[in-house]
Amino acid sequence: MAIALNKTDVVIVGLGAAGGVAALPLARAGLRVIGLEAGTWLSPEDFAPDELRNNVRGWPHAVQKANREVPTHRPNAAAPYSPRSAIHPMMNAVGGTTLHYWAQSWRLNPWDFKVVAETTRRYGASRIPRGSTVEDWPFGLEELEPYYDRVEYEIGISGQAGNLNGKIDSRGNIFEGPRRREYPMPPLRGTGFTEMMTDTARKLAWHPFPGPAAINSRTYENRAACAYHGYCARGGCHIRAKGSTAVTTIPKAQETGRFDVVTQATITTIEVDANGRVSGVNYIKDGMEYFQPAAVVLLATYVYENVRVLLLSKSKAYPNGLSNNHGQVGRHYFSHNQGAAVTALFPRDLNNWYGLPAQGVAVDDWADDNFDHAPLDFIGGGNLWVYSDRRPIAAASMTTFGRVPQWGSAWKAFVKQNADRWNTAYLQKTTLPYEDNYLDLDPTIKDPLGFPVCRITADFKENERKVAAFIQDKMVDWFMAAGAAATEKGPIGTMGPTTHAYGGTRMGDNQDTNVVNRWGFSHEAPNLGILGASVMGTSGAHNPTLTAQALAWRTAEYLATNWKTIAE
Amino acid sequence: MVRKHPNGKPTLSRRELLKGAGLVGAMASAGSIRTLASPVTAHPHPPAQVDTVRREALEMLTVAEADTLEAIVARLIPSDVNGPGAVEARAARYIDRALGGALAASRDAYRNGLAAVDGYARTSKGAPFAALSATDRDAVLSDMESNVAVGFVPDAATFFTLVRAHTIQGTFCDPYYGGNADFIGWDLIGYPGVRLAVTANDQRLVPRPAPTRRSAYDYAMFAKRRPARASLEGRGPWRLL
Repeated sequence: MAIALNKTDVVIVGLGAAGGVAALPLARAGLRVIGLEAGTWLSPEDFAPDELRNNVRGWPHAVQKANREVPTHRPNAAAPYSPRSAIHPMMNAVGGTTLHYWAQSWRLNPWDFKVVAETTRRYGASRIPRGSTVEDWPFGLEELEPYYDRVEYEIGISGQAGNLNGKIDSRGNIFEGPRRREYPMPPLRGTGFTEMMTDTARKLAWHPFPGPAAINSRTYENRAACAYHGYCARGGCHIRAKGSTAVTTIPKAQETGRFDVVTQATITTIEVDANGRVSGVNYIKDGMEYFQPAAVVLLATYVYENVRVLLLSKSKAYPNGLSNNHGQVGRHYFSHNQGAAVTALFPRDLNNWYGLPAQGVAVDDWADDNFDHAPLDFIGGGNLWVYSDRRPIAAASMTTFGRVPQWGSAWKAFVKQNADRWNTAYLQKTTLPYEDNYLDLDPTIKDPLGFPVCRITADFKENERKVAAFIQDKMVDWFMAAGAAATEKGPIGTMGPTTHAYGGTRMGDNQDTNVVNRWGFSHEAPNLGILGASVMGTSGAHNPTLTAQALAWRTAEYLATNWKTIAE
Repeated sequence: MVRKHPNGKPTLSRRELLKGAGLVGAMASAGSIRTLASPVTAHPHPPAQVDTVRREALEMLTVAEADTLEAIVARLIPSDVNGPGAVEARAARYIDRALGGALAASRDAYRNGLAAVDGYARTSKGAPFAALSATDRDAVLSDMESNVAVGFVPDAATFFTLVRAHTIQGTFCDPYYGGNADFIGWDLIGYPGVRLAVTANDQRLVPRPAPTRRSAYDYAMFAKRRPARASLEGRGPWRLL
């Protein structure tokens, strides 16, 4: 029997990118909020620039509940399982994966909210890929813009505006939707390499620009400017220049005196009352079981765990899992088409040893519907991104472009010469949901508590493969124009566990095809809100975090404004 | 602190044996270490030489296993005209320590795999791996890489891939973990080292900044949160029920 705690107004499950943001508007509105986090607090002293520990071994120094429940994957229901990773791509701690993420903080583009309508209008309905369950969002970019703006300023984003209230500025992304004001900070500085790539893109008549990042380009709200030390990818920031929720919105929420953080709390299920409303959360801490009653529950644990918790929370009202009476929990899953990289070998050193993945140059000319698809046989596109980032183990693990063996003196000579002469571009591409790509509970694999882990059944389809091939060709053009001696295209990869997972609790007005309504609350259990990219129905060609955070702020603000309707 | 063995090969001082790799960086940054690399570079060694490299007490491997492993890493990243290699970087020491902690899940793979390497060396070349010529060692490793070598569980290529990955880790990791001794790996590929603040000038195409020759844990900010060199469990136990 669990120990019953005192009731609170709101319990947030998971204090990462989304939950860590939602706490702030709620606490500021005067609500009492408890945040349950599986990990612990980590401090700047925990963030040593240690490639082996951070990048190779996946943060073994942190409390990594996630590593005990890595989802399984199979490409389709008839296929054998893919090899299962020992390390979860996400992490547990106050701040979650925003502690060690790349911090690229993009808004989606206008097209991403209206893929169906815009594709139909411009090319005809037959161009929606067969089998896709894509829907338009219940609103457009203009609805989310105020929340993007709010989060950009609360967290602190560096960047260059490209569309200020409709006025195009070619220093930024000319394809972005209108924004009401400049970024709070100027973009991160360029490097010799990124400036070389920028100049090349201009010669190709493309529109390069520095990407947006939750990294301080100058001192912001008493946090230091970035020191560009080179260990940002999967590394925490030793000077708090990275705008993790652990150093931004979470401490701001604590300052209100109405937000309590409970660490090392592993939640098991969400409780439901006789009326089908949620009543609180069961969790385990230090071997003890607790029940935390709450008027409202906000589930913010990341895509895989959001779906798993719902499916595990069975009750009389929800025999197939919480908020799943329409069978939509786990549907419309997709992971970002971010494989299919391009690696280039240059005939000169690039001095990429320092910097960070967010310190780069982007090209959006081939993203979304920014180019004419009439003569093409796919929809969507990709964002081209090159950046300055290199660490020694990764450098020595470079591809040898088929030129030398993988070991011995010839390999050693090759790596000695070329360790600083290669660069891999990061290419994020449109990905759509499909009828037969979904999440459910694994029938055999369990976590240490005996609960089944999440199972991914998903594979990239024809549209994603065509987008990947098209974008890789554009990236090859860019690298070769910049003087590369050779390029190598990477495989598209699988749709296994990833940092860019979407769907499973999609947002939309139709409860037959969506789990949450346009405000992020369950169509079935009205006092259950769901936060994170699990509510997103399209990916666009850009990182999901800022959109998940803008949506989280919007859901939380809506809750505070409509408290009596939702909570009572 | 680096002495020469009577046969001319570098060996390690008692002080280093006691202090362990965690202080290599600190000493190096104080300018006191120099250099494992020079004598070896000047005298590219025959394979048999690795057998005479002195090492501190083994933590996980047996002497026989360590001999075989040293002989493998010596061929994966050899000491040659491009400078010292995995033996001098102490990649095998890194693996030995890590097998007691972060790489504990691979302990059986090494026990069985190293025995299988010797077994295959005996049947195909007539002697244990460490006793073979460089040419024969390379032939055995090639057979493992291409998965034609027999006697491995699950197969030779899996073990080859494992050892190669760990040898790269041990050669290019932060020296705190017992590998990349004297920054041999970082010097090889031109990594200018850990620095906590990087200027715009440090990111120009030329010139590359001078090496710092410091471990991350030489910086006071991180010294108190050093992970165990081998075992990397977090602060505080991770418990469920």
